[in-house]
Amino acid sequence: MRIDLNEIQHWIAQGSRILDLGCGDGTLLKFLIDNKQVEGYGLEFGADEINACIEKGLNVIEQNLDRGLGNFADNSFDTVLMTQALQTLHYPHLVLDEMLRVGKECIVTFPNFGHWKARWYLATHGRMPVSDLLPYEWYDTPNIHFCTFKDFEVLCREKNIRVIHRQVVNEQSPAFLKEIAPNLFGETAIYHLSK
Amino acid sequence: MSKSLPADSVGLVTPQSIHFTEPLPLASGRMLDSYTLMYESYGELNASKSNAVLICHALSGHHHAAGYHSPDDRKPGWWDSYIGPGKPIDTNKFFVVALNNIGGCHGSTGPSSINPATGKPWGPDFPKLRVRDWVSSQAALADKLGIDVWAAVIGGSLGGMQAMRWALEYPDRVRHCVVIASAMKLTAQNIAFNETARQAIIADPNFLGGRYLEHNTLPRDGLSVARMIGHITYLSDYAMGKKFGRDLRSGSFELGIDEPIEFQIESYLRYQGDTFANTFDANSYLLITKALDYFDLAREYNDDPVAAFSQAKAKFLVISFSTDWRFSPERSREIVNALMGANKAVSYADIESNFGHDAFLLPNARYQQVFSRYLAGIDTE
Repeated sequence: MRIDLNEIQHWIAQGSRILDLGCGDGTLLKFLIDNKQVEGYGLEFGADEINACIEKGLNVIEQNLDRGLGNFADNSFDTVLMTQALQTLHYPHLVLDEMLRVGKECIVTFPNFGHWKARWYLATHGRMPVSDLLPYEWYDTPNIHFCTFKDFEVLCREKNIRVIHRQVVNEQSPAFLKEIAPNLFGETAIYHLSK
Repeated sequence: MSKSLPADSVGLVTPQSIHFTEPLPLASGRMLDSYTLMYESYGELNASKSNAVLICHALSGHHHAAGYHSPDDRKPGWWDSYIGPGKPIDTNKFFVVALNNIGGCHGSTGPSSINPATGKPWGPDFPKLRVRDWVSSQAALADKLGIDVWAAVIGGSLGGMQAMRWALEYPDRVRHCVVIASAMKLTAQNIAFNETARQAIIADPNFLGGRYLEHNTLPRDGLSVARMIGHITYLSDYAMGKKFGRDLRSGSFELGIDEPIEFQIESYLRYQGDTFANTFDANSYLLITKALDYFDLAREYNDDPVAAFSQAKAKFLVISFSTDWRFSPERSREIVNALMGANKAVSYADIESNFGHDAFLLPNARYQQVFSRYLAGIDTE
C-alpha cells in the first residue's frame, strides 16, 4: 500500500464513519474496513475504479467532486478523506471547505511540489517535472492545481483550519531530512484537519 | 430465429401459471379473492434456496424476460441481454424468476380476465392497484416457490419501484436490491405524459367506458397513440436521429408534388403503436400507468426518504443512464442520497449512453461490467 495510506490509519478511529473522496480502486477503504472496522462510502468518477470497488464489495458512489458535496449533511461523517486527489480538482479550496462541513475531521494527502526533485527538475531542465510520483506531461496530467507544503499551510491559516497533525512521507529518501526541511524533502504531504 | 439458439441463452422456456385461492388484500381496501400469476424461471434453485432472484417488470413488460418460447421465435424475452449463462444475471449461479404482475394482460389476472362475480371481463371494474399490491402478490409467489429470502430483487423503471418497495415492506426477505433507471416518485412531467397517453385511450370511440371487450371491440387507435407517446419518451433525441434522421419512407420534398410525405420516424412509431395495440390491453395500460403515477416511496414515512430507507436491510445497487430524461440520473441520485442518509450499503453508477431510458434494456459494456461485478459478489451460500 502507498506509504501515505499506511500513515493515515493511525488517525482513524475504530468503527468510525468514513467518506473517501476520489477513492480510486478502493484499496484504502478496504484496508480501513478490514483493519479499523470503519463503515462508509467511497466517491469516485472513473469507470474502471468504480468497477474495482464493486469487485471488492465496497460502497462506491459515482460522483464528480468538482460539483461539491451538497448531497451530504453537515458533520455526517467522522472523517472525510482525500488522498492524492486535491491537485486534480478545479477548486480545491472549495472542496476543502465542503470536506470540513461534512466531516468532523478531514485527512488530505497530496504530492508536495516543493520537493527538491521537482525544484531541481524545473531549475535545470526548465520544464515541468516528470517523475515516478508525477509521471505525466503538463498537457495530459490530471493534476491541475499543484501546491507545496508551504502553500497548503498558508491556505489553512487563511481559512482558520485547525491542523491536528501534519506529516510528510517519502518512499525512499532518508527520514531525518524531511524532519529538518519538510517542504524540501517531503514527497507526499499528509494533513489531519478540523474546523 | 432458427433451430440453434445462442450459447449464452437460457434456451427454450415454458411459462407457468400458479393460481392463488388465498385472497389478496389490496392497498385500495378492496380484496382480490383469487388470482393467477404467470411466471417463468431460469436456472436452478439450489438446495438451500438461497440463490433466487426476482425480476420485476416495467410498464409493458411481462413474465417472458429471457430465452425463447419456440425455436422459431424471432425475438427472445425482453431482458435477454442481461439474463442467461455468463450474463450479468448469471443463470449458472442464480435461479431467476420473472412474472407478469396482476393487472397485466399476459396471463396473470387483470382487467381482461373474467370477473368470477359477473362472468364477464373485469374491464374498468378491476380493482385499482398500487406498486405495493404487486409486491405482496410477488411475496405470495415466493411463498409458493418456497423462497423465504431473495438473493436479489431487480427491476428497471417501474420494476425498480417494485424492488425498492420490496426492500421496505419485506426487509428480511431481500438481501440485495438492484434499482435501474428508476425514481422514488414521478415528476409532474412524467405524470403529464402518462395522462396524455391515458386520454388518447379514453378518447377512442371504441373505448366505451372501458367495456370494449363486452362489445367485442378494442380501442386500438387510442392505445396505439398512447404507446407512441410513451415510446418517444423512452428514446433520446440522439437515438431517434441516429436511427431515423429525417429520412423519408415515402413521398419527396420536391415542390409541386402532391404525394404525402412520410418520415421514417412516423412509420416506425405507427408500427410500434399498432403492434402494441394488438397485444396489450387498454385497461391494463390505464391501471399500470396510474400505479406508476401514484407511487411515492416516502409518502407514508412523512415524505422523508431517509426514514423510508431506514426500514431496509438490503444492500443496494443503483444505476442510471446519462441521456435518460424520463427517469433522469438526478432521480437516481436522490435514491442514493437517501440511502446514504439512512446509512445503508449502496453503490451507484451513472452509465454513459446515448439511448435514453431504453438504455437499461440494451447491451452496453460498462453497464454489463457494473451489473456483473455486483451480482458476482452476491453470496448464495
